[in-house]
Amino acid sequence: MGRLGTVTRRTFLIGSAAVAGGVAFGTYMVKRPLPNPLLDDLAEGEAAITPYVKIDADGVTLITPRADKGQGAYSIQAHLIAEELDVDPHSVRLTPGLPGPAYYNANVLKEGSPFPQYDESWMAQRVRGLMELPAKLMGMQMTGGSTTTPEAYEKLRMAGAVARETLKEAAARQTGVARSMLSTEDGHVVTPSGDRLAYADLASLAADIRPVTNVELRPPEDWTRLGRSVERVDIVAKSTGTLDYGIDLDFDDMLHASVRTNPGMGGALVSFDASAAESMRGVSQVVEITNGVGVVADNTWRAFQVVNAIEIEWADGPYPSSQGEIWDELARAHDGEPDSRNRDDGDVEAMFSDSAATVLEAEYRVPFLAHAPLEPMNAIVKASDDRLEIWTGTQIPGFIKTHAAELSGVAPENIFVYVQPMGGSFGRRLEDTYVLQAIEMALAEKGRPVKMTWTREEDMTHDYPRPAQLARMRGAVKNGEVQAYDFANSSSSVMNSWFGRLMGPLPGPDATIVSGAWDQPLGIPNYRVTGYRAPEMVPTSSWRSVGNSGVGFQHAGFLDELFVAAGVDPMDELIRLCTHDLSRQVLEELKSLSGWTGPSLGEDRARGVAFAMSFGVPMAEVVEVTSTPRGIRIDKVYAVCEVGRVLDPVNIEAQITGGVIWGLGHAMNCELTYENFAPKQTNYHNFEGMRLYQTPEIVAKALENGDEVNGIGEPSVPPAGPALANAIFAVSGQRIRELPLNKHVRFV
Amino acid sequence: MVELRVNGVVQQVDVEEEMPLLWALRDALGITGTKYGCGIAQCGACTVHLDGRAVRACQVAVGDVGHREITTIEGLGTPESPHPVQAAWIELQVAQCGYCQSGQIMSAAALLERTPDPSDDQIDRVLSANLCRCGTYPRIKSAVKLAAQRLQGG
Repeated sequence: MGRLGTVTRRTFLIGSAAVAGGVAFGTYMVKRPLPNPLLDDLAEGEAAITPYVKIDADGVTLITPRADKGQGAYSIQAHLIAEELDVDPHSVRLTPGLPGPAYYNANVLKEGSPFPQYDESWMAQRVRGLMELPAKLMGMQMTGGSTTTPEAYEKLRMAGAVARETLKEAAARQTGVARSMLSTEDGHVVTPSGDRLAYADLASLAADIRPVTNVELRPPEDWTRLGRSVERVDIVAKSTGTLDYGIDLDFDDMLHASVRTNPGMGGALVSFDASAAESMRGVSQVVEITNGVGVVADNTWRAFQVVNAIEIEWADGPYPSSQGEIWDELARAHDGEPDSRNRDDGDVEAMFSDSAATVLEAEYRVPFLAHAPLEPMNAIVKASDDRLEIWTGTQIPGFIKTHAAELSGVAPENIFVYVQPMGGSFGRRLEDTYVLQAIEMALAEKGRPVKMTWTREEDMTHDYPRPAQLARMRGAVKNGEVQAYDFANSSSSVMNSWFGRLMGPLPGPDATIVSGAWDQPLGIPNYRVTGYRAPEMVPTSSWRSVGNSGVGFQHAGFLDELFVAAGVDPMDELIRLCTHDLSRQVLEELKSLSGWTGPSLGEDRARGVAFAMSFGVPMAEVVEVTSTPRGIRIDKVYAVCEVGRVLDPVNIEAQITGGVIWGLGHAMNCELTYENFAPKQTNYHNFEGMRLYQTPEIVAKALENGDEVNGIGEPSVPPAGPALANAIFAVSGQRIRELPLNKHVRFV
Repeated sequence: MVELRVNGVVQQVDVEEEMPLLWALRDALGITGTKYGCGIAQCGACTVHLDGRAVRACQVAVGDVGHREITTIEGLGTPESPHPVQAAWIELQVAQCGYCQSGQIMSAAALLERTPDPSDDQIDRVLSANLCRCGTYPRIKSAVKLAAQRLQGG
């Protein structure tokens, strides 16, 4: 069991504020109050609170500001509050609230700090702490980076506890019974004689008293919800077709729209001929938008038909037109100045000139990959001269507000973003181009809501993919040990591309070009990691596990080559090289759980192992395969990680399993390849991830040895692909150094 | 005007005969549990039943439906009274983002209607037509088996 009690109390205080007909509980912001969306009608000074719990005559509302894209964010946030507040998350109202700077997410930026994630030194902690400041300044109400749980873990439980004790204090004043004699249960304060006072009936009284802030969080052994199998708050709706995603919302008098924009992303529209399109049934108007054309019609299908009937001439995209040229740029970047060298242990060059060492060299490539969530990008916008209302699934509501204001001229305080449940994201909805397009069309149809939906083809070809990357590595083994690893990766900068669209280019090196390599807790004596920044080409963005997704494959793949050259067992050598206790425990548990005795599992069967630490989570996976006459079959996967504490065991298993399938499926089957500025892949027939028949049995296990509670949406992705490639080598002797693997082997 | 029988109710829709059933359901009738994912029968998110057989609603023109009974996820069961397949999906907490699950459930229900005790291969063959980007496949498979067991009184 970990030492969670010793985690430093973060700099927040829970307080309360009166709201219409009731009371809200949440965090006081430190130092300078930021405007608060739910309390805008309050006088200045009272507005210094970020609500997570609101209680009024209608009952209890839990505010869960981190967006739900399928990872269960609403459910875990609601259960964190409910654990202390004693309400049933299934019988209260839940809302993500409106975006406001007070809901900032400090943890998102921690991945960008210049210290490896296992470094707990004073300086590393201090710099990570400082990262909270720019996040706050930017009002980054962002969901991403596996940060929802670590960010909310204490804050939301504290909000629930303060609300509970304050409601008890209100009940004490009303009944004359001391607060210490009162208990709470299912939305009620209960007196020793069994009288039950509903929270809603105590709300207005609670608003008038000083919040009770000297509360102790309940110890985990007293938890009734967290750490146990609970029902996700949205599971019934998602199993009965009754959950409304953004794409499902309908409003009176609503128009439907779709767009086509330059397939060379960022390229201009030269001209278009809509004469045939404009006479088609249901068309309201054809609108020129940024880099493209939109159609507003009376239903989605007609909008699709019409927009596809427009003849359009496009300008060239602002980057090399073909995949071959892009690879050439990535290769050239290796000859330039390094963007980063975050690790340079020992002396790799000396080892490479050691005549007793065996030196290996290799080049690894990973392709562009689309996020391709199943719900295509869509947004509903209602515009008037001085007001914008936006309904959409997004991870960045605050940035949408800023961008919408810039685009429309409407004042930010008159722009309202209503975040909707998302049919997947995987990082896709950290972008908002689709929302801005919907705004452009709504501005042409003022007064009527316009629902803009992308066709799958528009979605697949305008995805802001994960970047293609080209790694070159050298390694040296001597005396049966890995003695040197020199890893260099070239890539366009995701952070520069993405932040450039969000708020302007990001200065400094981009650590994500090498994350998954420089920050791994492996004690190779001569160890150098270099990032080379290729020019910005296809605009790119964060894709589930970000830099670790491609680097994880490259780094763990070549490491396996070094293990083979050294003649060592890869599992035992990972354990021997590991410099981080929690990571070593993960590897040892994986070895035991998978019954590891070596890569071979007999004739035609073998397994591979890979380790990657990302987002603070050490994760190691074993993939077992059979070589059949028809191709490679993945039989079974073991995945072990360290998360600090398992808050929702059902969902953690789902997230680990889903990440493994995501990692395997894309490593096996997927790439975007560019031709004439656009990806050749246009729909799921040539970008299909994993399907049921290819899915192995997956055994997932999360350890709880560490102090920090960590998120689990991404860390199982990076080791899956390399563990599979290493298994394919073990079963066939075929070393595959580029993805997708199905360029070289068949899968059954 | 096209006449459609949806979830036991006869409805008139004023759309072109070539409009895919998917869009008639979603935009003309406001029945949105059936999802748009690809439009080319690759993802299965729009799976509905026509006279009990699973079809991709993006590939069926409304003019070709005729008198066949259309069943959508809303007609299969409700939150208060879920179909046994939906009950299994709830019990095993299959959904992550949930967007594909209407289609998965409709495919599974049609499979179990004709094949009450499917083999792993039969489940793989039928449900592999339904794409899940979140990777809920292991639970989908378990839920199909649980529903099969329940439907057979197990």
